[in-house]
Amino acid sequence: MCVEANRVINRDILSALEAAAGSETKPGAKNVLSLLMENAKVAVEDSLPICQDTGMAVVFVEIGQDTRVTGGGLYDAINQGVREGYETGYLRKSIVSDPIARVNTGDNTPAVIHCRIVPGSRLKITVAPKGFGSENMSAVKMLKPSDGIAGVKAFVLETVKNAGPNPCPPLIVGVGLGGTFEKCALLAKTALIRRLGERNPNEYWARFETEMLEAVNSLNIGPAGLGGRTTALAVHAEVYPTHIAGLPAAVNIGCHVTRHKEAEL
Amino acid sequence: MTNSARSITAPLFLETIMSLRAGNEVLLSGVVYTARDAAHKRMYDLIAAGGRDGLPFEFEGAAVYYAGPSPTPPGRIIGAIGPTTSGRMDAYSPLLIKNGLRVMIGKGIRGREVMEAIAEYKGIYFAALGGAAALMARAVKSAELIAFEDLGAEAVRRLCVEDMPLVVAADCYGGCVYGP
Repeated sequence: MCVEANRVINRDILSALEAAAGSETKPGAKNVLSLLMENAKVAVEDSLPICQDTGMAVVFVEIGQDTRVTGGGLYDAINQGVREGYETGYLRKSIVSDPIARVNTGDNTPAVIHCRIVPGSRLKITVAPKGFGSENMSAVKMLKPSDGIAGVKAFVLETVKNAGPNPCPPLIVGVGLGGTFEKCALLAKTALIRRLGERNPNEYWARFETEMLEAVNSLNIGPAGLGGRTTALAVHAEVYPTHIAGLPAAVNIGCHVTRHKEAEL
Repeated sequence: MTNSARSITAPLFLETIMSLRAGNEVLLSGVVYTARDAAHKRMYDLIAAGGRDGLPFEFEGAAVYYAGPSPTPPGRIIGAIGPTTSGRMDAYSPLLIKNGLRVMIGKGIRGREVMEAIAEYKGIYFAALGGAAALMARAVKSAELIAFEDLGAEAVRRLCVEDMPLVVAADCYGGCVYGP
């Protein structure tokens, strides 16, 4: 799953790039988009990762409450999968064991694992390798309730604007709102793995996504930050109840591949 | 690249640098050296300690590419090799530029001090296409690890490239392609 996620661009994202290339009027922007699609093709032909930053392995696990994992620890198994995938797939090992000492762990472990217990007996695993060109441009802000929707919109726009060309646009913009400090960040991350074209089921938030995409695409950052309409392919918002005193907001930026593969056992 | 791309060759000297403007598209051939965060820190520390002798390559005319490739699969020249975000090199670049490094390749915005050093010392900063790492690997015709082997992906490699597609992001006249 690590290897496939890194080599094969998801169909929905490729379609969005194609559509964007068709609607861009600036030759430079069109050209960048066609090079990105060419790159995706070459990655498969040459058995190379789409991007040299093959990321930190973020793994979402949905585990049915009736499921029983036997023969060892689930987290150990996931890390072993990451270890083998990154080694046999010639993926870059980008993880350091300590944020200050910075010694490479040599096998791209540990993964960042988010586990959720769900009804039933299934086990669903989503591997989402996250590159840090885009991760570094993400932000969390504890807004005040009085900041309201205008404050949220301003924060999203400010984050995308500050990111500029750095996170390899066109982007997928994941917005997390509500919950607590860590919950909104996780919501924003989850928003990145939603399939393009799917909208928030709540009509208010679906409209927010459409409006924010329009606003982001009016910033003229464009593909590769060289100007144009296509700064983002999508804005996805995930929302959760929060405290009477708070309005936590997070923006997680995904690059033009925003890799993820899922499998269900 | 569009048809307007101009072919240039590294090492790259003053005459060529001064003939390029922000926004120009080029196809770069010749020698480039990879160096990113950890290699920059080492080069910076060497210079700061007065020990230029230990530098991994001659700065004059050299093009440095901010890149840490994925591992090279058997039978290939190099793994995927797109640019990393240049801003993380901003803490080190001004000192390197003052000591003769003129040509940088990466992606994204540079800080004010780097922009000023580029203008003052007649340097140039090119943007490669971020994330187009498999495509970029095809432009690499040879690769040789020359220094800081212990840094793994961050080691310094000497690459021979052919028609590497770049855009002038910052020229020596203070021009920058990333508009407001």
